[in-house]
This record gives sequence, C-alpha cells and structure tokens, in this order.
Amino acid sequence: MSNTGKSIMIVGVGGQGTLLASRVLGSAMLSQGYDVKVSEVHGMSQRGGSVVTYVRYGSCVHSPMIQNGEADIILAFEQLEAARALPCLKKDGMLVVNTQEIDPMPVVTGAASYPQELIAKMKDQGAHILALDALKLAEEAGSSKAVNVVLIGAMAKYLDLDKQVWLDTIRTTVPKKFVELNEKAFELGYHAE
Amino acid sequence: MKKLLLGNEAVARGLYEAGVRVVSSYPGTPSTEITEAAAKYDEMYCEWAPNEKVAMEVAAGASFGGARSFCAMKHVGLNVAADPLFTMSYIGVTGGIVIGVADDPGMHSSQNEQDSRNYAIAAKVPMLEPSDSQECCSFTKLAYTLSETFDTPVILRLTTRIAHSCSIVDLQEREEVPLRPYEKNQAKNVMLPAFARPKHDMVEARTQKLMEWAETCEINRIEDNNSKIGVIVSGAVYQYAQEALGDNVSYLKLGMVHPLPVDLIKTFSGMVETLYVIEELDPVIENHCHTIGVKVIGKEKFPLCGEFSQKLIAKLMNGQDDSSMALEEPIPVRPPVMCCGCPHRGIFYALKKENVFVSGDIGCYTLGASAPLGAMDTCVCMGGSISGLHGYNKARGAEGEKKAVAVIGDSTFIHSGITGLIDIAYNKSNSVVIILDNSITGMTGHQENPTTGKTIRGDATAAVDLEALCHAVGIHRVRVIDPYDLKETRAAIREELAAEEPSVIISRRPCVLLKYVKLEPSFFVEPERCVGCTACMGIGCPAISMRDGKAEIDRNQCVGCGLCLDLCGPKAIQKPEVEA
Repeated sequence: MSNTGKSIMIVGVGGQGTLLASRVLGSAMLSQGYDVKVSEVHGMSQRGGSVVTYVRYGSCVHSPMIQNGEADIILAFEQLEAARALPCLKKDGMLVVNTQEIDPMPVVTGAASYPQELIAKMKDQGAHILALDALKLAEEAGSSKAVNVVLIGAMAKYLDLDKQVWLDTIRTTVPKKFVELNEKAFELGYHAE
Repeated sequence: MKKLLLGNEAVARGLYEAGVRVVSSYPGTPSTEITEAAAKYDEMYCEWAPNEKVAMEVAAGASFGGARSFCAMKHVGLNVAADPLFTMSYIGVTGGIVIGVADDPGMHSSQNEQDSRNYAIAAKVPMLEPSDSQECCSFTKLAYTLSETFDTPVILRLTTRIAHSCSIVDLQEREEVPLRPYEKNQAKNVMLPAFARPKHDMVEARTQKLMEWAETCEINRIEDNNSKIGVIVSGAVYQYAQEALGDNVSYLKLGMVHPLPVDLIKTFSGMVETLYVIEELDPVIENHCHTIGVKVIGKEKFPLCGEFSQKLIAKLMNGQDDSSMALEEPIPVRPPVMCCGCPHRGIFYALKKENVFVSGDIGCYTLGASAPLGAMDTCVCMGGSISGLHGYNKARGAEGEKKAVAVIGDSTFIHSGITGLIDIAYNKSNSVVIILDNSITGMTGHQENPTTGKTIRGDATAAVDLEALCHAVGIHRVRVIDPYDLKETRAAIREELAAEEPSVIISRRPCVLLKYVKLEPSFFVEPERCVGCTACMGIGCPAISMRDGKAEIDRNQCVGCGLCLDLCGPKAIQKPEVEA
C-alpha cells in the first residue's frame, strides 16, 4: 500500500458504535480522493462480543485486513479490547483508547479476572497512548451514545485531514437533530489530552 | 458517481443495473445485506422467502416468466437449495438467473466451513468470484450476460471478507431488460427422464463452451511482472497476495473459478519457474492443475482450514514473521452473549435447572449453549433440532422423552422445522418442542419472516398462526408462555415433559432490540442487602457483575426485564420506584 495512506483499526464491544465510526472515517477519506477499504463485522459477533473493523486508505489499497504490526492507529472503545488488539499496532503507531471497562462473560462468571493497570502495561510495551474517558465526555456532550464521535474526535488529531472535513462528514452521517450534540462530542474528543 | 459500498451492497447495485426484476432470498451471514440493499431499489421486486430452496425456486419461476432473477444465501443455504440447483442446471434459463452464495472461511458466523466451489463443479454451472466491491457489481452484471448467452444459472461466490468489506464502486445507470415472451417449451422446462437425457448432453457441451470462454475472457487475466515465481489466485486471496508479494511475482487472477481454463494456465505455467496456487479452503484450482498436468505447489504449503491474510502469505512465501507488541498476561476472551433483556435467557435458565437434553438449532438462541447457561446438547443445521429430538426419543424411548426438548426460533421453525414437527405427530414420538418466538429473524440482524406479519419492505401481510399450524399438523397440546415469567416457564416445561403425548410450547416475547419494544427502567442492587451469593450471576446477564463481593447492575445496560428479581433470595435487587 502507498506510503501516503494509513491503516486504522477500530475495536470495541458489539453495540458500542464502532461500525458508524469506521463508516465516518471511510467516507472522510473517500472525500479526499483516496482509495479506501473498510472491513466490517456483521452477524453473530455483534452481540456483546469483540468487534474489529479495519479502515485502510491510500493511493491504492489491496487487502481490507490489518494484521500484526500493521496498524498506524488503533482506536479502542474499551480497554480490554485495546489490549487484545495491541499486537496489530505498528512500533511507532498510536493507540487512542477509551478508559471504559466492560466485563466480558468469563469475567462476569468468575472464570477469569479483568486485567489491572492495562494502560500502564501497554505503555511499558512501548505503545504511544492517548487514554480518555470518552463515556464521561459523551455525557458532557449530552448523550452516552456519542462515545463513538468523541473517539473519532480524539483520533482526528493524528490524521492529516482538515477538521472541517470531519465535521462535514459527521453532519452528513448523523440524523439532523443530533448534529449539534455530535459536533460538541467531536470537539470534546478533539481537545482531550 | 463513485461510492463506498459493502461487497453485498455492490452486488445489489449490480442487480439493479442489470435490470433484474425478481429477488428472493433467505437471510444468512454473510449474505444478508445483498437482499436488504436490493429492497431499497423500487424497480426490483424483493422478498424474504421461508428458506433457500423456496428462494431458488422463486428465482427459477421468475426466469420461466421471462425476468432476470436472483437469489442469495450463505454457503450452508446452498445445501438446502441444492435440489433445484442441480436440475435448473439442466433446464437453463429464460430470463437470466444468478445465485449469490457467500462462503465463510474462518467461520466468523457459521457452523461449518464448506467450499461452495464444489457445488459449481457438481451441478456443472459457471461460478464467478469477485475480489472487491467494484467486481461485485460488474461481475453480477456479467453473470447475467453469461447466464443468457450460455443458457445456464450462474453462481456468484463471495467470501465474508469480500461481502463485508467496503470499497469504491463506480455507479452506472440501470439498463431495463424487457420480459422475454413466454413460450411453452416442455422439452426445455419439464424434466422428465426423456427430456432430461438430452439435456445432460447439452450440459456437458455447455461446460466445454464455457471452458473455451474461460481461456480468453477479461476476468481471467495474467499480470506479468517478469518474475520466476507465479501465483494463481482468485477472490480475496488476490488482494492478500498483492499486498504480501507486490510485483515480485506474476499473477494469474481468475475471475471465473468454474469451469477453469486449460491453455491459459499452461501458458502462465510456461512463463514462470515455480507456480503456486494460493486458495482458501479446498484445493479446487490445484486439483484442476494436477489433472491437466501442470505442476503447482498448493496445499502442501497453504492450509486447508481458516481464512487467509497478507501476513499468512508473506510468512509462508517469504518466511517473514515480524515481532509485535503483546502483553504477557492472558487477555480474557469476549464471546458474543445474549443481550440484556433477551427473551431467550429465561428459557435456557429454566432448561438448565430442569437438567434436560436440549436439541438445539441455528439462531441467536444457540448462545444458550455458552456459559453460564450451557443448556444445549446438540446443534447441527437449520431445523435439525426437532427431527433430531424425534430420533433421540425413538432411540431412548420413554426415558429420553421425559428428559428431552427441542428449541427452535420462529424463523428457523418456518425455514425447516415444520417438517420435523409433522414427523413427530405422524410417527408418534412423545416429544416436547419449544418454539422461541421473538417475532423477528434475530441473529442475521432483524429480518421480517412469515410469522411477523410484515414483508421485507415493512408492508403488512398475512402472518403464520403458529398455534393453529401446530394443531393442524396433529399436535394437540400447544401452549404459549412468557419467558420473562420464570415460574410459569419452569412449570410449563415440567408439565409438558410429564404429558403422555407430543406438545409444543411457544415461548413468546419480541426481541428486546426491536424498536417498538418498550424498555423498563434499570434495576439496582441495595449493597447492604446483597450477601454475595452470586445466584443472580447464573443467568449470564451482561449487566450484572460482582464488585468487591457484591452484585452490581450496570444502569446503562439493564433494560429491566426482571429475570434476576426472582433469583435474589435476600431481595437485594430492587425495581426503581415508578414516577407517577
């Protein structure tokens, strides 16, 4: 794939809105004239399971998949899913992670425990990390459902794309009555540190 | 205009542009979105059929009627539709017929990993395989030209990674294709032995002509990079190989995977020193190469099982295996789970408590097999739960009958469960069948079905009366329960197991994700009352967890179904006060 492009992996728990985030990202890159491929997950694994979406753009994209060591950016909607995806991050890649913790069923049933201090441990591995409480910021913007747009905002800083393109894409993707809320959510994510 | 489309959406676009008039499908991951997207074009009649066999027969009928027609299904759906497929191959077409089949290498959402290319070989019909969304659209259109030129149904094969990836498609206008005039032609369309025998000769001759076409068609192409190494690829694997190997190798990219060319492969073989066939699942192209005497390296190097990737190809071809970051401690898996408020949860909790043999089926409720419910003993195929239970009970007699049930969803029951129930009534097994009626086809993402009273476009229509249907096939004991009521559910299961005749329990409550379902305020735990007994954890609700020895309910997830209330001895789980 061309050097001008990037490979972005979006991971989370089924139902968190990762699919919308990948579509927004794909549309934004298409509007800039890039070749784009987005690989989605549909069907059974939507239901509370791990979900992984790949977005790749550049002058010419072949494979829709992202494998070990290939992701320029991982956008993680949940900490444990960030840790699961970590092997895919490039050595100098960027991990944007929502600090929210959602227990998977083996933790709920007591068969496993939720690993502690995940962000510190991932930093120890050498990962560049931006960690933010996207749920809190989404609620601040007006709805816990805007977590995905907060995270898009946080990721946008690491992509060379005019902020206005993001805002335009969000405006054309979300229903009219939620535009203001989502713009606010984007800004809160964009300025998160 | 250029647009980012899912492979499945691009197939639907191809149907629209090709002037298709009739689309009939049964949903199945990863094929479902083809028909959902097709239904958004008013120019095409689209429907959800009760099963894949019906869908393919509807497409065949539409072709007899002179229209270009289509049906879509997942790989295992083609097993159900195999009967019409094999004979439609003999009959051929009036209006073009294309069959969309989506395979699932890696089994992202399937019960097996079968390779549909074997069906193209067995039924002797051509099969095209696109590599991205643009090809999904253009190959669909080409498939209709092939279908009508060679007088054959054509299979369009997708895999999950193509069906569920978005890439750019250049949209064209729809070309209206007029209905072909109807002419009675029994020798062509009535497959009595006398008419079918010459048809078999015709099929063999057709395959020869298609092989000639395969030699020179544009979709089978050599990409010569002046390399000593050549690879033969198709579908998603072409993209992985391009990514992994770039222009260090030469490519023979096959857009038609059945029938395969001979001279073209021999020519390509002559251009390189070492030739590989890289294909997911079965060695279909490889076996063809062996048959025509071309030496290739295939499955001795590449796996038979699972989905491929650029990394896998790079590793096996070049020995590249980069180190990557990873945490030392194990990361707990996150399997899919029944949603909060799922009406199936109560039934499986009750079945676990009753400790019965559960003959399972295909749907969201297959998740009842997972911990902590674990209440499923078998799961084979669509509809297999009911007939499987009948066989189990015939094998074990009364001892089995008193401790065994079948569970099946509403859509799956209509798909192919009814015939099993007829067998139970007709051949008298004292079986208990539980129909989990959640008023939608759930697992594939909410499709209407014949029990919901709505068509694919949401228009009102006749709804199957499940109670009347069960009575009509000869089941006298039919009762309806609410799976949110655990006491009633458990009592019903016990009573029907004790009865001396077959019975059906209809567990009726709509899927909690349906828009019209009113959610209740979330429950909460009074920590001072909670004794940490973990009884509430037994239902496997994702909203309930233990923190510091006390149960906790996530207010963002809980929808107030109330199932946990009955399980809490010390009454620590509380319903919020309803504001007046």
